Amino acid sequence: MFPPHFDYHRASSIDDALDVLERHRDDDPRILAGGHSLLPDLKNGRASPDVLVDIGEIDGLRGIESGVDVESDTDHGTGQTAIGALTTYADVLESDHLERHAPVLTDATRVLADLQIRNRGTVGGNLTAAEPGADLPAAALAADATIHVRGPDGERTIDAGEFLGADGSESALGERELVTEIRVPPSPTGGYAKKTHPASGYAMVGVAAVLEIDTETIADARVAATGVLEHAVRLTAVEDALVGERVDEAIETAAERAGETIDPADARSDDHASGEFRVHLLSTYAAQALERAMEVDA
Amino acid sequence: MTTHDIELTVNETEVELTVDSRTLLVHALREDLDYTGPKVGCESSKCGACTVELDGDAVKSCTVLAVQADGASVRTVEGFADGDDLHPIQQQFSAEHGLQCGYCTPGMVTTTKHLLESNPDPTREEIRTALKGNICRCTGYQNVVNAVESAAAALAAGEGESAPDDVELQTDYPTPGED
Amino acid sequence: MTGPRKGENESEDEAGGIAGPARREDEALLTGRAEYTDDLRDPDAAHLAFVRSEYGHAEIEGIDATAAAELEGVLGVYTWDDVAASESPGVLPSSTGSLDCEVPAHPVLARDRVRYQGQPIAAVVAENRYRARDAVDAVAVDYDPLEAVVDSVEATAEGAPTLFDGAPDNVAATTDQGDREATEDAFDDPENVVDIELENNRLISSALEPRAALAEYDAAEDRFTVTMTSQSPHGHRQKLAHTLGLSERQIRVISPSVGGGFGHKGHHHPGEAMAAWCARDLERPVKWTATRSENYLEGAHGRDHRTTAELAIDDDGAIRGLRVETHANVGGYGLDGGASMPGWYGGLLSSQYRIPAIHCETHAVFTNTAPVHSYRGAGRPEAIYVTERLVDVAARELGIDPVEFRRRNLIEPDQFPYETPVGASYDSGDYERGLEEALELADYDDLRARGRDRDDGRLRGVGVACYTESTGGGFESGVVRVHRDGGVTVSAGTHSHGQGHETTYANLVADVLEIPTDDIDVMEGDSDSIPTGTGTFGSRSTIVGGSAIVESAEAVLAKARRFAADRLEVEPDAVAYGDGEFSVRDGAESGSGSSADTVSFADVAGMAYGWGVPEDMDPGLEETTFYEPDGTAYTFGTHVAVVAIDPETGELELERYVAVDDCGERLEPTIVEGQVHGGVAQGIGQAVSERASYDGDGTLLTNSLDSYAVPRASHLPEIETGQTVTPSPRNPLGVKGIGEAGTIAAPPAVVNAVVDALAHLGVRHVDMPLTDEAIWRAIRDSK
Repeated sequence: MFPPHFDYHRASSIDDALDVLERHRDDDPRILAGGHSLLPDLKNGRASPDVLVDIGEIDGLRGIESGVDVESDTDHGTGQTAIGALTTYADVLESDHLERHAPVLTDATRVLADLQIRNRGTVGGNLTAAEPGADLPAAALAADATIHVRGPDGERTIDAGEFLGADGSESALGERELVTEIRVPPSPTGGYAKKTHPASGYAMVGVAAVLEIDTETIADARVAATGVLEHAVRLTAVEDALVGERVDEAIETAAERAGETIDPADARSDDHASGEFRVHLLSTYAAQALERAMEVDA
Repeated sequence: MTTHDIELTVNETEVELTVDSRTLLVHALREDLDYTGPKVGCESSKCGACTVELDGDAVKSCTVLAVQADGASVRTVEGFADGDDLHPIQQQFSAEHGLQCGYCTPGMVTTTKHLLESNPDPTREEIRTALKGNICRCTGYQNVVNAVESAAAALAAGEGESAPDDVELQTDYPTPGED
Repeated sequence: MTGPRKGENESEDEAGGIAGPARREDEALLTGRAEYTDDLRDPDAAHLAFVRSEYGHAEIEGIDATAAAELEGVLGVYTWDDVAASESPGVLPSSTGSLDCEVPAHPVLARDRVRYQGQPIAAVVAENRYRARDAVDAVAVDYDPLEAVVDSVEATAEGAPTLFDGAPDNVAATTDQGDREATEDAFDDPENVVDIELENNRLISSALEPRAALAEYDAAEDRFTVTMTSQSPHGHRQKLAHTLGLSERQIRVISPSVGGGFGHKGHHHPGEAMAAWCARDLERPVKWTATRSENYLEGAHGRDHRTTAELAIDDDGAIRGLRVETHANVGGYGLDGGASMPGWYGGLLSSQYRIPAIHCETHAVFTNTAPVHSYRGAGRPEAIYVTERLVDVAARELGIDPVEFRRRNLIEPDQFPYETPVGASYDSGDYERGLEEALELADYDDLRARGRDRDDGRLRGVGVACYTESTGGGFESGVVRVHRDGGVTVSAGTHSHGQGHETTYANLVADVLEIPTDDIDVMEGDSDSIPTGTGTFGSRSTIVGGSAIVESAEAVLAKARRFAADRLEVEPDAVAYGDGEFSVRDGAESGSGSSADTVSFADVAGMAYGWGVPEDMDPGLEETTFYEPDGTAYTFGTHVAVVAIDPETGELELERYVAVDDCGERLEPTIVEGQVHGGVAQGIGQAVSERASYDGDGTLLTNSLDSYAVPRASHLPEIETGQTVTPSPRNPLGVKGIGEAGTIAAPPAVVNAVVDALAHLGVRHVDMPLTDEAIWRAIRDSK
């Protein structure tokens, strides 16, 4: 209930934040954004950093922009949508642009946590904490997002899969790096389906799907799951089964393959749902996510 | 120990106080400023008893550092009534018996206000979903949902609009002691 | 007392404006003005926190508190040795005297061994709660972990780890209820015997307000004031006196607003007692507020029974006998009466049925889990669950509709009072009427006719549960004090923590005295100001506290009438009373011409405290009643659940929930209805999502709201309610308790519905909680 001691710095800019991180490099510094992953960890003793760097008031890290960088407002020339790291879930839900161009993110955010948390929690914080069962990591994988970070060595772009450790490896986010924005390529289709854990509100199982459809045929598919493993994961068997198939025929068969690539023994297990059950549920929720993706397209 | 001098506007009153880095907003409100309306019911942002308005948004004040709120405006349930007149949401929680022990009520009222600002005429299902972050262990939520429905109707009527068709504003509530 | 009054409501209602408040207590609660224990500010207060056992079972090899004690702002770090060296016994009272074993009582701080995870080992007091938490983290405990046992059946098996030398088989007590021999005879040659094995899942009461205390010690008077989250201020005074080694007169317990209890705030735990102990040691007020996780770890938890039961039935569907054996988990220590509670749980096994012979053998078993004690229902949900599940299984196996089978065995209206073989004496009832009412409300015949399958691929089921509930035990005090100006203060030894006593009691007294509720204050929760009391639990307050108050009010009115008669110069029986005024009854001979025509209630109060009261009268207008009902009142009813199940995922939807309850007269229908809703919600929670679970080492896996699933608004159905009214002849108000009905009826109604939906697959029983996975497995395993 009571966080341990730490020093608190409110950063005035990204450079200021990086500077503080550098100065306190030996104090296990942590970035504080919305605080909705970090503060519960502090209160429950799961984290005890000596220094928190609050980036919450940095201008320009909050907002959703089309084709331009959120912070600098410069055109990046890709047609991608940029979401500032400090954009709250509530901001995401208010964005018509995002609903049109990256509906998988909107759909996942709709069932994320609760009203109060959506007012405070941030997209950047969600993806950085990447709690098992968090909804946005699966959506980010399906959306083919890239994560833009700034650190001591300057700016770089990390593929969502690497950033989230979707293959089971460590996150590619380096020490003293902070997320500045998330960019997603435009995709008019996308859906997310979730079995909500009755206590935690996280996904017991959540599946995100984005399809590229070329005249009734699925040209590309990105399907990802959360809640099942410690990290979000691409459901490649489903994707493979979809590509090249007709939209109205493929879903059921493809969704049935959702559990294929995951060994139930590796899956998360608790009092409400065993690993075996979570893997079992994948097919149902994959099918629902795919159907929602189609609906959005229609 | 790092301390910080911060300024808050609580229920339209400006206050200055000194807090530790780690002081949670809910504790600053309750212990330093004596606004004990927001309650603490868990340590994991799950129960919603600590819900307050922070710069106009309903948030869980147990998951915000007081120092993060420096310069912000906070409204607690103590700031809902207009003098002796309860806020229509408060009135309807009472009229519908939407509270028993009352511990969750400040949070429920605050969340309800936010819900009705963004969705003035919610369905019962939408109300139940919006209250996901507020646990009540006494009422079974049924009268809470009734209260939110009635509050929506009362607020709509108060703004000169007609009450939504599907909700009857409760005006004939049995007076205690009758029957 | 402040807050809305009846008079105000009426005027608002007449004006056609917004509805008035339902309860007098609401305004303070809605505005944040109501004060709960942790809301109380005492600038001098220091804060207490506990070092708690990380292990379920371990020897404590050493405690190093040096670093903690050296922290700035830390005022004291205490272990058992400090308590032992003090004048206080330092143990919680327990019912172990009534058990079959000699085992030590729960110490406020562990002596040398811990028997459940979360047991307090050391106490630290610091200037503020953050610092106290730092100090807890700085205390190093050296443990020697021991093998643990958490299951009540496994704990009694050969070779299981033993908690206490005095209970080598871990059995605290074995109790018999009913007639073993007669029951054996009933099973001698029955045409049909149906059996079941089931678990009643361990629950955590989860009142939203955690336990808290603010303890102050007055050295000059050698007297404590402990303000705490209590359902039973006088009960806690007695228990604190035991733990601290004091006389009850040396302790004042105040219980302010309380944020839900459900039994948990009637138990005695180390927190409040150590707060008092530390306040004396440090000569500072000491405050303790549990965190959610602490509340979950320390218990007391509820339920946790494992039961095998058999029903013997005649060919014509008449029940001949019921035989039950239960292992009840009582946790690491007997806490208060927790360990003896299983000994009477069988008292409701007859439910609503004529069962000629019942026998129940219960083993209360120690395990390395948090102590188990009463939780909303306290033994009654466990008993009804056994019978209602068994009756349902029996009906199915006999090929009789479960409702028809119940009908054939219901106790008839002319059989009351009805003595069950397990010692219950049912006061009054019309069980069939309640059943029919519920069936009609649920449209049962139509549900049955529509069958199991719908075109959405989900399976439907209907579950019915009948129940009885024993309510209103023990005595209560009720005081009606009329002040000189006619104002009235009412008090009782009960303590509202959501039940709306301020409203109920004020209205009861207003009805008797015929004065406005505005003139009546209600006071509870102060052991110094209220003569004595038992508390609020067991669905008892209106029955016992309400009756005590009404008897006092009637006695006050009788005395007031005599004062009035003197003023009116007539005999008391010639005095009429109405709307706060005494007058000479029509037709009665009036007094002398100089006497007044009417005397108000306030005038009488003035007479009672004035100079020169009438010769044959004592001054004062105040009555205290110690009331005990003429036996238990048995609430009853029938609940119906309608479920839809997705066979692919096991996902359960409660499509409808119907509750028809008979709690006798309903004094405050709104409040009664609220109690039904809340009880049903908790009962559904037990049925579908709640389970406190431990791993084999005694680690609590569900130690927060992230893992222990209390129902949220979106998890619950709309609850459709109905009623029948069969007054109890055992109290003057004709009332029966209603607080626990929902927790009793909902679990069997929901489980019966789910099994009904799956019966065609060969599913005979599914243990609670009916998580999606539990249902999915039941379906899969049936194939």
